[in-house]
Amino acid sequence: MKLAESERLPKDSDGPVFAEPWEAQAFAMAVKLNEAGVFGWGEWAETLGEELKGHPQRPYYESWLAALERLVEAKGVMSEAERLARVAAWDRAAKATPHGSPIELSRG
Amino acid sequence: MPHDGHHHDHDHGEGSELSPIALRVKALESLLVEKGYVDPKALDVLIDTYETKIGPRNGARVVAKAWTDPAFADWLKRDATAAIASLGYTGRQGEHMVALFNTPETHNMVVCTLCSCYPWPVLGLPPVWYKSMPYRSRAVIEPREVLKDFGVTLPDDREVRVWDSTAEVRYLVIPERPAGTGGWSEEKLAALVTRNAMIGTGLVSLPA
Repeated sequence: MKLAESERLPKDSDGPVFAEPWEAQAFAMAVKLNEAGVFGWGEWAETLGEELKGHPQRPYYESWLAALERLVEAKGVMSEAERLARVAAWDRAAKATPHGSPIELSRG
Repeated sequence: MPHDGHHHDHDHGEGSELSPIALRVKALESLLVEKGYVDPKALDVLIDTYETKIGPRNGARVVAKAWTDPAFADWLKRDATAAIASLGYTGRQGEHMVALFNTPETHNMVVCTLCSCYPWPVLGLPPVWYKSMPYRSRAVIEPREVLKDFGVTLPDDREVRVWDSTAEVRYLVIPERPAGTGGWSEEKLAALVTRNAMIGTGLVSLPA
C-alpha cells in the first residue's frame, strides 16, 4: 500500500494540528513536564519510541499518553493506583453531570 | 472503540460521558495541576501557540532567505541554530539545528525512526504521516519508493541521503530554488516552499 493512501495526508495549510482536544492536552503536558525538569527529552523520546514500537497499530497520541503515564509513575510524580482512582472519579463526575454542563470533579 | 472494561450504565439521556482516553487525560492533568507540576493556563497558551502561531511558514522564510542572501546561506551551513535564531525562531526542539542543502547531486530526506523528533520552531508539529510506522520504517529501507509515493521521482544519478533525527539534533532540508524565480522577493519565494520540501519528501516547483 502506498504511504500517501494508507495515511491521512494532511495538506500544507495552517489547519489545526490536533485531531481532538485531548491530544493537545497530552502534548502540552509532556512539554511542560520536560520544562519542569521531571524528565529529559532523550528519556521522553526513548519511552515514546518504545510505546510506538510495541503498539504499531495504535493511534499516535494514544502512545504519547501511554508514554506520559509510564514516565510520571517511573519518576514518582504519582502512583498508578492514584491515577486510576482519579480516572474513576472523573468517570463518575461525567456521568453525574447533565448534558451540556461543564464537568467538575466535585460532582463525583 | 476499545472496550475499557468498566461498567456502562444506559441512561444516556441524563449524564455526560467522556471517552476512556479523555478520562485518562483529565485524570493526569488534574493530578499534575494539584501537585503543582503544571499550570492549566500555561498549557492553554502552549496549545494555542502550536495551533495558531508556529507552523511551516517559519521554515519557509528560512529557506527563502537562504536562497536570496548568500551570507545567510553560508551562516546556515556553518551554524544553523544561530542563523535560524537570528530570525526569531527559537525554542523547544530547535536547540540543535542542522540545515541540509539539496544540490543537483544530492537529495536529503529526514525521518525519525525512533519516534517523531521534528524541528518544532521552524516547521510546527509533525504531520500525521511523519509519525506513522510505514514512513518511519520505509524511509530508511527504500527512500526512493517512499519519494515516489509522495509524487517525487529523482534522476537515477542523484544520491538520496536519509537523516535520522534524534532527541538532540533536528534537520531542516533547504530545497533547490526552482528555475525561473530570478529577482523574486523573499516573500514571494517563501510562498512556494512547502512543508514536505523542508522534510525532503517534496520538491519546490512553480505553480502550474
